[in-house]
Amino acid sequence: MTMIGDRQQLAYIAAQAADARVNVELETEGMTLNIGPQHPATHGTLRIIARLDGEQVIWAEPSAGYMHRGYEKLTEVRTYPQVTALINRIDWLGSFANEVPFILAAEKLMGVEAPPRAQHIRTILFELSRIANVSLFLGDLGVQMGAVTPVFFAFRDREYVLNLIEAATGGRFHPNFDRIGGLKDDLPAGFIDETRTVMKKLRNFCDEIEGLLFGNEIFQSRTRGIGVIPKDVALQYGLSGANLRASGVDWDLRRDQTIPMAWDKVDWKVWTHPDGDSFARCWVRLQEVRESTKIVDQLLDTIPSGPVMAKVPKIIKVPEGEAWVSTENPLGEMGYYVVSQGDQGPFRVKIRSASFNNISIVPWALKGVYVPDIITILASLYFILGDIDR
Amino acid sequence: MFPLSSTTDSTTEVPRDEVRETEIARISAALGDAVVDSLVKPHDDMWIRVTADSWLRTAETLKSLGYNYFCFVSAIDWMPSPFGKGEDDPTEPAPERDMSIKQGYTGGATRFQVLARLTQPHTSLGINIKADVDDATMSIQSWTSVFAGANWHERETWEMFGIVFAGHPDLRKMYLPTDFEGYPLRKDFPLLARIVKPWPGIVDVEPMPGDDEQEEGGAS
Repeated sequence: MTMIGDRQQLAYIAAQAADARVNVELETEGMTLNIGPQHPATHGTLRIIARLDGEQVIWAEPSAGYMHRGYEKLTEVRTYPQVTALINRIDWLGSFANEVPFILAAEKLMGVEAPPRAQHIRTILFELSRIANVSLFLGDLGVQMGAVTPVFFAFRDREYVLNLIEAATGGRFHPNFDRIGGLKDDLPAGFIDETRTVMKKLRNFCDEIEGLLFGNEIFQSRTRGIGVIPKDVALQYGLSGANLRASGVDWDLRRDQTIPMAWDKVDWKVWTHPDGDSFARCWVRLQEVRESTKIVDQLLDTIPSGPVMAKVPKIIKVPEGEAWVSTENPLGEMGYYVVSQGDQGPFRVKIRSASFNNISIVPWALKGVYVPDIITILASLYFILGDIDR
Repeated sequence: MFPLSSTTDSTTEVPRDEVRETEIARISAALGDAVVDSLVKPHDDMWIRVTADSWLRTAETLKSLGYNYFCFVSAIDWMPSPFGKGEDDPTEPAPERDMSIKQGYTGGATRFQVLARLTQPHTSLGINIKADVDDATMSIQSWTSVFAGANWHERETWEMFGIVFAGHPDLRKMYLPTDFEGYPLRKDFPLLARIVKPWPGIVDVEPMPGDDEQEEGGAS
């Protein structure tokens, strides 16, 4: 009996020692991985510092500030019409959309409202910049997972939209077209027909991307169930736009607030997804491009006639007061808190940009994920550096 | 057709906004004596000013009242800029400026105020929250324990205004170099671009549209 007992005990000790040896051999050492500042997954120069344990991230922190231009300070020495030229450069892929909330805030303080035709054209251009912005996201998504084809499709079709924006405003990327009280100009001849053809092309592009990317097995296995952000976490970090809707929050500022724009005059749908993972965020954006093309199509049919500019004085002085206006921009909620002291320029402008909040969740979202997933999570959160740093 | 209504007082014409008025009453009741002042602009927005000591409690209370979407935290420096618009001629003595502090909505007693906004996603009602920051301590409670998203916003506000958020886990600079001195968004921090190279408009004066008869004498 004792012999067996001893043997058992010895076997047990030997097994323990073998396990310990294996553990010693596999012991991992922490390392710090620097991603960026230059990396294809970052639209601009964002640096991510990740501390790894083997293949797992135990701590990650984005380091922003490589592009900080101090717009909040610069607005204080400019007049209201001059500010739009600056804020164009915040989210540079959807520039026109940046101008709108600021102009609306100034109009609110002045008690001016743009004529219906201007509101309509503003909404059309707003949606066109969303399409230009998000279609590039959809193409870029593939590159970050090793699929090169979609990005060529995206650049090809985005060019059509940029041509439209250029035809209407004169600038491909920085229109600087929105004015207090309306728009700089009316639409050019032939814009409506051309836009209709382009919207068809863009819907086609969405179908192509859906087949190429969203139906792809590799894409799905790399995004489904990865980077899940629950609803309450998304809300307390202030995630907005498609990132929030992909976590199941049915909230879209285009639909849910009364604002002098034309979104309430057309029939469209807000897409949500219950999963909250990377796939959901990408999928919601794909549906939003489709919805935007429908919004534009319907708006083209119903442009009212009339002037595009309300009566405003030549020298704009905004009365004392404070106003907050935010709109549903391509990246999420973008808002301006404008403080006026009755001057020609604002006293203080707080720029609340969507990517700043969307990226502040990165330390939370990257904790515990594997290294290849860093890229897909960052890509699906979708940020633009100018929108983080301002 | 689209008149300028800014000159006339239109508050009497605007119908009452019962939704926001009940909301602000509910918030004021929940916060009790923490609320110093509140303001509702009908069909527009809500403002409250709370005491500095109850800054954190305000966040907790508003979160429990459904304002669980964190929008932003920032600050306002109410002192008028001693540099004006940065358009002064450096060869001439600085012009006299009215340096009296003019506070905005819901008033205030200090130079710096923190400003935050929370939203109720299911109703899209938002509320702007202000609190005075004591000039001597330059410190206020941190919201990071209630809204994790406040982390970056408070770092930015600390970096730009020098307001310390007590209880913040990681108050580091975001944008500027670590050894940078000064707080750029304070009004007494000059916009260096306008100091290094004076505003070209000083010598290049065109008559403003509308006042043709009054020619500026300084134009060369």
